Amino acid sequence: MQKTVSLTVNGKPVSATVEGRTLLVQLLREQLGLTGTHVGCDTSQCGACVVHVDGEAVKACTLLAVQADGRSVLSIEGVATGDTLHPMQEAFRNNHALQCGFCTPGMVMSALDLVKNNPNPTEREIREYLEGNLCRCTGYHNIVLAIAEGAAVMRGETPASAHGAAAE
Amino acid sequence: MATIGTPVRRREDYRFLTGGATYTDDINRPGQFYAYILRSPHAHARIAGIDTAAAQQAPGVVALYTGKDMAGDGVGGLPCGWQIHSKDGSPMAEPPHPVLAVDRVRYVGDPVAVVIAGTLAQARDAAELANVEYAEEPAAIDSVAALRPGAPQVNAEAPGNLCYDWQLGDLPAVEAAFAKAARIVKLDLVNNRLVPNAMEPRAAIGEFNRATGEYTLYTTSQNPHVIRLLMGAFVLHIPEARLRVVAPDVGGGFGSKIYHYPEEAIVTWAAGKVHRPVKWTAERSESFMSDAHGRDHVTHVELALDAQAKFLGLKVSTVANMGAYLSTFAPAIPTYLYGTLLAGTYTTPAIYCETKAVFTNTAPVDAYRGAGRPEATFVLERVVDLAADEIGMDPAELRRRNFIPKDAYPYQTPVALQYDSGDYGATSELALKAADYQGFEARRRDAMARGKLRGIGIATYIEACGIAPSAVVGSLGARAGLFESAAVRVHPTGSVSVLTGSHSHGQGHETTFSQLVADTLGIPIEQVEIVHGDTAKIPYGMGTYGSRSLAVGGTAIVKAMDKVIAKGRKIAAHLLEAAEADVEFKDGKFTVAGTDRSKTLGDVALTAYVPHNFPHDELEPGLDETAFYDPKNFTFPSGAHIAEVEIDIETGQVAVVNFTASDDFGRIINPLIVAGQVHGGLAQGIGQALLEGCIYDKASGQLLTGSYNDYAMPRADDLPAFALSTNVTLCTHNPLGVKGCGEAGAIGAPAAITNALVDALKPLGVRHLDMPATPEKMWRIIQQHRTPLAAE
Repeated sequence: MQKTVSLTVNGKPVSATVEGRTLLVQLLREQLGLTGTHVGCDTSQCGACVVHVDGEAVKACTLLAVQADGRSVLSIEGVATGDTLHPMQEAFRNNHALQCGFCTPGMVMSALDLVKNNPNPTEREIREYLEGNLCRCTGYHNIVLAIAEGAAVMRGETPASAHGAAAE
Repeated sequence: MATIGTPVRRREDYRFLTGGATYTDDINRPGQFYAYILRSPHAHARIAGIDTAAAQQAPGVVALYTGKDMAGDGVGGLPCGWQIHSKDGSPMAEPPHPVLAVDRVRYVGDPVAVVIAGTLAQARDAAELANVEYAEEPAAIDSVAALRPGAPQVNAEAPGNLCYDWQLGDLPAVEAAFAKAARIVKLDLVNNRLVPNAMEPRAAIGEFNRATGEYTLYTTSQNPHVIRLLMGAFVLHIPEARLRVVAPDVGGGFGSKIYHYPEEAIVTWAAGKVHRPVKWTAERSESFMSDAHGRDHVTHVELALDAQAKFLGLKVSTVANMGAYLSTFAPAIPTYLYGTLLAGTYTTPAIYCETKAVFTNTAPVDAYRGAGRPEATFVLERVVDLAADEIGMDPAELRRRNFIPKDAYPYQTPVALQYDSGDYGATSELALKAADYQGFEARRRDAMARGKLRGIGIATYIEACGIAPSAVVGSLGARAGLFESAAVRVHPTGSVSVLTGSHSHGQGHETTFSQLVADTLGIPIEQVEIVHGDTAKIPYGMGTYGSRSLAVGGTAIVKAMDKVIAKGRKIAAHLLEAAEADVEFKDGKFTVAGTDRSKTLGDVALTAYVPHNFPHDELEPGLDETAFYDPKNFTFPSGAHIAEVEIDIETGQVAVVNFTASDDFGRIINPLIVAGQVHGGLAQGIGQALLEGCIYDKASGQLLTGSYNDYAMPRADDLPAFALSTNVTLCTHNPLGVKGCGEAGAIGAPAAITNALVDALKPLGVRHLDMPATPEKMWRIIQQHRTPLAAE
């Protein structure tokens, strides 16, 4: 069964012909070339594929492409403004919150969802919120710091970097 | 501006944060087909027949190949890179490891056939139609049971399933030490089997250019040249000049992406058959089944002490599970990366270790972060803690009495290694102070009032990193050299490309190496580019594992820069009409000593490439130097880790409430990156101690932990914030003084956590527990021992 879907991805209208079994993450990666959204498991647990659908964080492996028809999808490629990183992306960089980078897009998308619903999360709230995102490199320590810093910047505060990281 | 020692933000982050990275599965080659691998559903079976007719006819199917097809085409088996000899001098049993199983499958997930089709869905659908007839046979799963007489035989070439029976150390000396001991402490323990679980599943794309006869393999590898050598020379018989291996952005490795895997050979070979690129990407379930696993030791240890609690001797006997076939470096892990580490940080004068490696019907086992060193540390630090308990001494004090003193370097251990530097006492005191060890008993009492058993545990460790002197590893059975390469290419305008044989899959080489080059050559970091991961671009390199990139790869960069500077001095001397001996290089300038006459690196580079006024009789044009560095010794990072845990008496749930790590990594180039490496290692070590365990059903050999539903990965709310500190003693035999930091966390944490758990359970009379300390296991232990608790 083939079906044409039309949706908005990162602010731009797109159409594609998909199979009934095509997942949203497959549509993004394989048909739209948006390879920043990653597939790290086959049981919807790793969170590497988190995107926003109509403003809500969704694991893109849990949604069929046809279910995204008519909806608005934000993937990691749409988060920065031109070459300027979003404050949350900048906070990840300041705090060395990524190593291999594979989980990073999903982490950033989840972090933005957390901060949207809870603009000033505690460390415990950040850790509990991240239970749907696996990272094997960082031990989460710096991800937690980064999300706290990103949230603060998004609230309009200017926190001192926890690590005193130097711009290159 | 000096950047070494400062927390420079990573240069590579932008592409990872914006979705712009290129992992292997992000690459799509024009006209590519997709491969789906049929895998054995049985742990052990004879392949009675494969009926492929229906699958071949399925929509979109281009080809279906079996093990017979590949073997019939002359495809060789996967080679093993290390040969161990047994006590009696005989070489290890080395059964063939076919790329696709030919007549027998030996573990659940063993590849049997490959379907190649126009889309992945078509390949997968067709695979459902392939009918493989299996005649099931009994399986050997448990490593100790597999050694017993009458156990099912995994490989005909390894009678009794024994791969080797190896030893290290002076047994008579150890027996003499035990004979005069005031106390002997004995312990049986298990080091639990783990699945590495890099977040990026393995993937490979093979490509064949009919016009040139050249093959290209894109693969998720930590060492593309090693893959090119193994696959080209041993499996597919393709000369290096016609085989390019590219390892682009790689999403974590932790050892699991060192090895040459069957799928790499399958897609490369198949691309040559179907004349189109062939892509394969593992599903996570395949990763669980087919990535090389880690650890899986069963050990008996005995420690002899004198009346003053000085260690006299150590005796260790280990059974190590190899899985069904020998993975690339598997035989070296429970031998030369394990037995050699059993002196740890202590002066124990006599040590003996014997290891039986055994084949079982499980996935191959090889190096996983730490690789042998976490196992050695766990054995040693558990038995030391048990000794402290038995003699009624503070475990910190017992360690203090036995540390190698700081003035004893170079220190020759009784198990082959010579430590070059360290100060274990000082590092340990740093950790004890940071953890407020003195104040612990008050915290234990407070916890008890809240219904929690609180414990504190120390583990010190030593690692041998930066592998290694090629001549030494060669004498120990390595079939490869373990040097590293670098080319420093100064361009005409003075910008620099560094082509490194090291491979970054999260370690931040593009930043650390750039700092090294920018500071040494006196140029802005933006002018430095780090190139890695492509055999068509870089000199022959050995890749990244064993915390070797900075110590070995970084030193190769230093050596190449030395050559660049040496040549630059000659060119500058010519331009400045000065004697070469009078020209010094500092802050990016070649200056005639005692004058203000100078030329910048850029001036010299331009002259090297536009050599109008150039000493042609003496020098060649260009400023592009390559160096290969073979280290003189291993490096020896060390540290002390202290864990503090609370166990909920009612639920068995464990919380890590504090974790303190004090480490000695030698000189630190980028403290931000070093801390990140420690955090990640600690998470994996704590994961091993509390959550992770790869379980096969002991009868059927089915993998019971085959997904993230069943295999508990550490999540953010399982872990604490970590308290880190460093104590620096410089490595004495590399010019940077660096030791390596990649594996420390995974080495120290399992023993620290387990020691803390046993300490917490001490009121109940518990003397040991095996990892992982799941809530269920802890609840059962508490239930079994409740009486003393209630009586307290």
